[in-house]
Amino acid sequence: MAGHAQPIGKEDLWSGGKSPFSISYGKMMMWYFLVSDALTFGGLLTAYGVIRHGSADPWPVGEQVFEALPLLHGSYPLMYVALMTFILIISSVTMVLAVEAGHRLDKKGVVKWLGYTILGGFFFLGSQAWEWSHFIHGSGGGFQLGQPVTVSAAADDGSTIEMTLPAGAWVHMESEFGHAYEHALEHEAEILPAAAGQDAHGHDAHAEDHVMVPASEMVPEALVINKYTLVHQDGKDLRKLKATGEDARKLWEAMEPNTVVFGANLHKNEYAVQQQYANFFFFVTGFHGFHVFSGVLINIIVWLMAIRGVFERRGHYEMIEKIGLYWHFVDLVWVFVFTFFYLI
Amino acid sequence: MERDDLIVNDSYSINARHNEEDGRKIRKKLYAVTLLLTAITLVEVFMGVFFKRNGTFTWETIKLGFIVLTLVKAAYIVLVFMHLGDERRNLKYVILLPYALFIMYLIFIGLYEGLSVQELNNSFR
Repeated sequence: MAGHAQPIGKEDLWSGGKSPFSISYGKMMMWYFLVSDALTFGGLLTAYGVIRHGSADPWPVGEQVFEALPLLHGSYPLMYVALMTFILIISSVTMVLAVEAGHRLDKKGVVKWLGYTILGGFFFLGSQAWEWSHFIHGSGGGFQLGQPVTVSAAADDGSTIEMTLPAGAWVHMESEFGHAYEHALEHEAEILPAAAGQDAHGHDAHAEDHVMVPASEMVPEALVINKYTLVHQDGKDLRKLKATGEDARKLWEAMEPNTVVFGANLHKNEYAVQQQYANFFFFVTGFHGFHVFSGVLINIIVWLMAIRGVFERRGHYEMIEKIGLYWHFVDLVWVFVFTFFYLI
Repeated sequence: MERDDLIVNDSYSINARHNEEDGRKIRKKLYAVTLLLTAITLVEVFMGVFFKRNGTFTWETIKLGFIVLTLVKAAYIVLVFMHLGDERRNLKYVILLPYALFIMYLIFIGLYEGLSVQELNNSFR
């Protein structure tokens, strides 16, 4: 096993000429690098905690924001991130098995397990790409109210709640309508000439665009209040309240047009009033994803070296231990990101 | 090529070897830790999905539980997967103590400043 301590006297240990820690220079420096990198991530997560703690507006709830699965409709709260966590843990296990094979000087074992680790890394990166894409595109978009509106909306358990939303309150669209509305807004410029009957070239634009309803004429059947946030009222959790029919129309008409937002970017996001929410998501998961990416690259290089028999000739597989430390560290960071971003 | 950054010594992990028999034992331990980490993750997800986030004592306790479970997972990853548990005691302390000290200070100062900012925000509201 790595670093099996052998009994050496203290004077002997610190008298020079050998490492008092019984590990090689390279592994020592990898540990020091990981400590400093852990401080970076610790600083980022602490900053996240401070901002979230001091935030006046309700913070988005992880299980309400992250509840989609690829290719499936419906609500699967946290399932996708749980899968990503599982993939990363398993790739950490295959890495430690590669280290174990290295201690037996088993070249075939090292190549096999390191190969699986690289595969796991690619799976994780792909999952994160999908997660980011989903986060950026959003699930329907939202807008702020220009004036206070009193509506009644249905809760999860079927009860109806009468409420007055203040000006500036967020209301969200359902994903199908939201995407259609986003599409209509993007193509507004093409529809406008159609309204006049003919476009600049004299063609009858109506004939081509007859399927498109202009954004200004679209009215949603239902809107969602507290889609991503949670408000406690009289011992009840108010989230994902659905306003339909006349109530939805009232909310729609109170829309402040320049506040409409779909998904998230570096300036605004549909999930929270606080832009820090999206910024921290992008920065922390992005910084972690970059670590995974460089980890995969390093693993591939060392994998190729192992295949070519470099370590066999060297007589030991310590390089697997060193890149293993880095790879486990990436897993370690994700464990914390998972807890503080998604669970709490 | 000779490397001058290594001093070969029998006590170095670089020469840590074990046979097939030891390997079987080590792998058994690794699989047990894998099962444990997976189980903890599943428990966390189900707790997150099923319990109401209503600011009551139950939810606050669960939040604390998440942090404790996360630290347990972290300990297993560092001590077993990263083999820090098998290293010399002085190395363990060199890695863990400075980090624990700095991060506790960071969290303390973060919470302290965060509360102060919150107070300021509230008084100018």
